[in-house]
Amino acid sequence: MSNLTARLRASLVAALPPEQLLPDSQPEYVRSYVYVFGATTLASFGFLIISGIVLALFGPGWWHVSRIGHFFNSIHFWSVQAFFFFMVLHLWAQFFMAAWRGGRGITWLTGAVTFVVSLGAAFTGYLSQQNFDSQWIAVQGKDAMNAIGIGAYFNLLNFGQMYTYHVFLLPVAVAALTTVHLLQVRRRGVVPPIPPRGLGG
Amino acid sequence: MRQPDVDPRPARAVPYDLLREVLVAFCVVLVLVVTMSAVFGSPDDPPMTIESFSRQSPLVFLQTALGDLDGSGEIASYGPPYNSGDGSVQHLGPVSLQEIPGVTIPINTAQDFVLSPLQPLATVQPAVASAVRTFRGATAAQRQAWEKAYGDALDAAVKSGASSLQAPAAAGPVGPMLAGLLHEAQIGGLDGLLLTSSRFYATDYTKPLLFLQGAAMHNRASTLNLLGTQWGMMNETGSYPGQAWLWLYTFWYQVPAIANSPSGDALVWVIMAVLTLLLVLVPWIPGLRRLPFKIGLYRWIWRDWYREHPAAAGPPPRAGP
Repeated sequence: MSNLTARLRASLVAALPPEQLLPDSQPEYVRSYVYVFGATTLASFGFLIISGIVLALFGPGWWHVSRIGHFFNSIHFWSVQAFFFFMVLHLWAQFFMAAWRGGRGITWLTGAVTFVVSLGAAFTGYLSQQNFDSQWIAVQGKDAMNAIGIGAYFNLLNFGQMYTYHVFLLPVAVAALTTVHLLQVRRRGVVPPIPPRGLGG
Repeated sequence: MRQPDVDPRPARAVPYDLLREVLVAFCVVLVLVVTMSAVFGSPDDPPMTIESFSRQSPLVFLQTALGDLDGSGEIASYGPPYNSGDGSVQHLGPVSLQEIPGVTIPINTAQDFVLSPLQPLATVQPAVASAVRTFRGATAAQRQAWEKAYGDALDAAVKSGASSLQAPAAAGPVGPMLAGLLHEAQIGGLDGLLLTSSRFYATDYTKPLLFLQGAAMHNRASTLNLLGTQWGMMNETGSYPGQAWLWLYTFWYQVPAIANSPSGDALVWVIMAVLTLLLVLVPWIPGLRRLPFKIGLYRWIWRDWYREHPAAAGPPPRAGP
């Protein structure tokens, strides 16, 4: 029986060689600033995680009674605003670039699913604030969840359930999807320009 | 001749530092979020409590409690997942996805929001204990008569602008019961009683939120521009950006045909599910996948490339099929 570890390593290296995983050169068309939106989205997600860890360390009620806690909540709040701002710019830019071309369909799909799951992560965050906004979003949102049967299992009025989704399940899902998305980007490479009609076709 | 998907001409490789780009992005976002946090902070409107609600609006509290007791309240006849009513059950054609899971979070508003919370008070106030005993022992017709008499008096008090209610004798035990519940709410007891589970720890706020979800919250939300007709959940309290990324979801609630439909939520879900699938599956949808070719914004995005590669710049590419 062959060595499974060696086979796994060989297949991983073949799929994603180190120079492709961490490149030090790129095609000249990557100079466009549009390519930066992905990095700023990733940076915003990083600050969401860091500020979220600080808030989680002290518990969900801390930021209401501590100035430092409120500051970290503000970092978390503005990070999510930045995250979606850059993510939507990234998404639209990739759409206008038809970034799924050249066998990059899965890259697009993982990015789009990450966006959808991020909506859930942010939504449960708003439900976990423990203020009037949380209360209002919970009672307003419950009708939508109940309308299609989801509310029977995903109860917006259950703080414990929403908090668990927000601080663990959904961030892990976003991080995992982001990782797959980034590996796809590195594996397939950055999408090249759309050629004019009649060129090379 | 069909326009190819990818420019076949080889591109020159130029030095590129991935790590530097990520670090610069981190620094830019760090400055951005720290500055915004230091200057603007973040919103934190205190939560509404049943105590504050009952003190500020005692008659609205009594209307809410009466609706829970006599079954006329929204939650009393809501339907799944709370009970077997049909007041808020939504359908997609002949199908109701809402009814499929059944009652998973059982709520009996009369029992859970009025009669059970009165038990602790009844142990120290004989009048309340007697009223609850009388109410429980009465026929349904007798209860309805008491509730109607109480409701008529309550409506009259609200219309006259009164701040309190003197329950009529015809309301029987309903008067002392709801007066007791109001007292219990105003001293902060009802908040805890609705939260308490059979276990010591509690993190489920379903009952207190369902109690408050009617007029109590709507009145406050209206002043904060949070109602559905005001783009609802997308907004945030105060002058802060809310969940702007939900704009498309919230948009459908501004369409009168959907907003006024008894199954509006289910309809919005269907629309958003279709749109989400279109978004996720763009690469494989004929026509849609070629849309960026027609829009032509890519010519601006890669303007340097096209300028430096004149053969490709040529006449603007026509849209593919």
